[in-house]
Amino acid sequence: MTDRIVPMVIKRQVMELAESGKRTDGRSLTEARPLQIETGVIDKAEGSATVLLGNTRVTTGVKFEIGTPFPDTPNDGVMSVSAEFVPFASPEFETGPPDENSVELARVVDRGLRESKLLDTSKLCIIPGKKVWIAWVDIYILDHCGNLIDAAALSALCALLTSKMPEAVLDGENVTVKENKLPVPLRDVPVNVTLAKIGDKLFVDPSLEEEEVMDCRLSITFTQEKTEEDGTVVPGKVCATQKGFSGILTPEEVKRAFEIAKVKSQEWRKIVNSVVKTNG
Amino acid sequence: MNTKLISDDGIRYDGRKIDELRPIKFQLGLLKNADGSAYVEWGRNKILVGVMGPRESHPKHLALADRCLIRARYHMAPFSVEERKSPAPSRREIELSKVVREALEPAIFSEFFPRTTIDIFIEILQADGSTRCAAISTAALALTDAGIPMRDLVSAIAVGKVEGKIVMDVADKEDKEGDSDMPMAYMPSKNAVTLLQMDGQVTHEEYLQCLDMLKGGCLEVYKKQKEALEEHFKKSISSNGEEA
Repeated sequence: MTDRIVPMVIKRQVMELAESGKRTDGRSLTEARPLQIETGVIDKAEGSATVLLGNTRVTTGVKFEIGTPFPDTPNDGVMSVSAEFVPFASPEFETGPPDENSVELARVVDRGLRESKLLDTSKLCIIPGKKVWIAWVDIYILDHCGNLIDAAALSALCALLTSKMPEAVLDGENVTVKENKLPVPLRDVPVNVTLAKIGDKLFVDPSLEEEEVMDCRLSITFTQEKTEEDGTVVPGKVCATQKGFSGILTPEEVKRAFEIAKVKSQEWRKIVNSVVKTNG
Repeated sequence: MNTKLISDDGIRYDGRKIDELRPIKFQLGLLKNADGSAYVEWGRNKILVGVMGPRESHPKHLALADRCLIRARYHMAPFSVEERKSPAPSRREIELSKVVREALEPAIFSEFFPRTTIDIFIEILQADGSTRCAAISTAALALTDAGIPMRDLVSAIAVGKVEGKIVMDVADKEDKEGDSDMPMAYMPSKNAVTLLQMDGQVTHEEYLQCLDMLKGGCLEVYKKQKEALEEHFKKSISSNGEEA
């Protein structure tokens, strides 16, 4: 029971502060921590990015490799997202195979990227049914100070957006790889925003302290507004959602979270786009 | 796409209307060894849930001092899908086990059973889309059958976007070929969402529309769950009466 007393005290403090719209680290409820993004941090990867969201630090590396397609999609390349919770990132992390938290995080990030149709896998086919490009997206959690999902999603996104891929040259059935740096076929800028629910309040970009006392969290991924060739503007859409932890939300709270996340996703997308523009 | 999933007069490939659920039949208490059990035939889904506990925690260090530990395993039988599935847990099953557990936990008065464990074992015998929703709804009945005190049942359903229309209770083909899938679990008497996921693309307006439809769908499942409970307890009362 003692292990729950400190969180109970913290939870009361967090909830009391939230009544006047404040948080323990001085932010407002809808304010995210400072977001810093550095791309091209790993020379040997085809794309990479380190994201600092407050003190949460995540590095993602993207590697392109030739492999075989899935039997049901012989003409499509493959994207594979994994997450490694490095043991020094938190006293709670242990060595060993991925646990349910790391599997969930990788799958939530994967869903946001995949469902936005960010990577055009139809352009990653080399020999139909035999050889395609596989984009390995490996997320490294280096310092866990809260909201791993958003930091991981942003770092995977920026790593992909700044990737350059090698060229596969076909000679009959033989494939040789040239180290040319070709652009990767990309089509979107999906941004995920996570809110924590504590009491009846919603907290954007929860800190570790808030996560330890939260009832549950809700993550929503938004795609980018697009302008078609004929000039028509297609508004951004929603492409993924995940509720995590065993607390509850009312449908009205989900709608409120949706509106807050929508605004925040646009703010973060601006930062992502400016970083990618200068470094991509 | 070769086949149309929704006909011009709004009938889906399996004969349902846009907002119609598949036939759902719950059955309770069919297993001898489990402390509680329930089975569902939900369209072509066939799912069996067994609950063990509250029982002593193994290993002991997992035990919680102020409430019971709740564990859930979502598992697909190798023969449940077209191509044989390896019985080893996939990443998908690991994630689903987590979200299913989190969907059921808020309904259980876990503080009544400190230091014990409740295990919820879900076996998907045949999968036909929205298995997590069917599994959660069935597990809620199995927990009730085990006599575990609950705040409410948990009812779940998925809506999806198929050929531009929002449809209720997504079937396998609609999930695979459709544009989006959005499952939700809900405790009606608490107005509480306990699971919410979504993949695929919908507009902001459709997202809010989906949320409203989900609530309505969960209420229909809730009704069927209560009917199954009533039938089960009527039967057990009358058979007890005969013994006495």
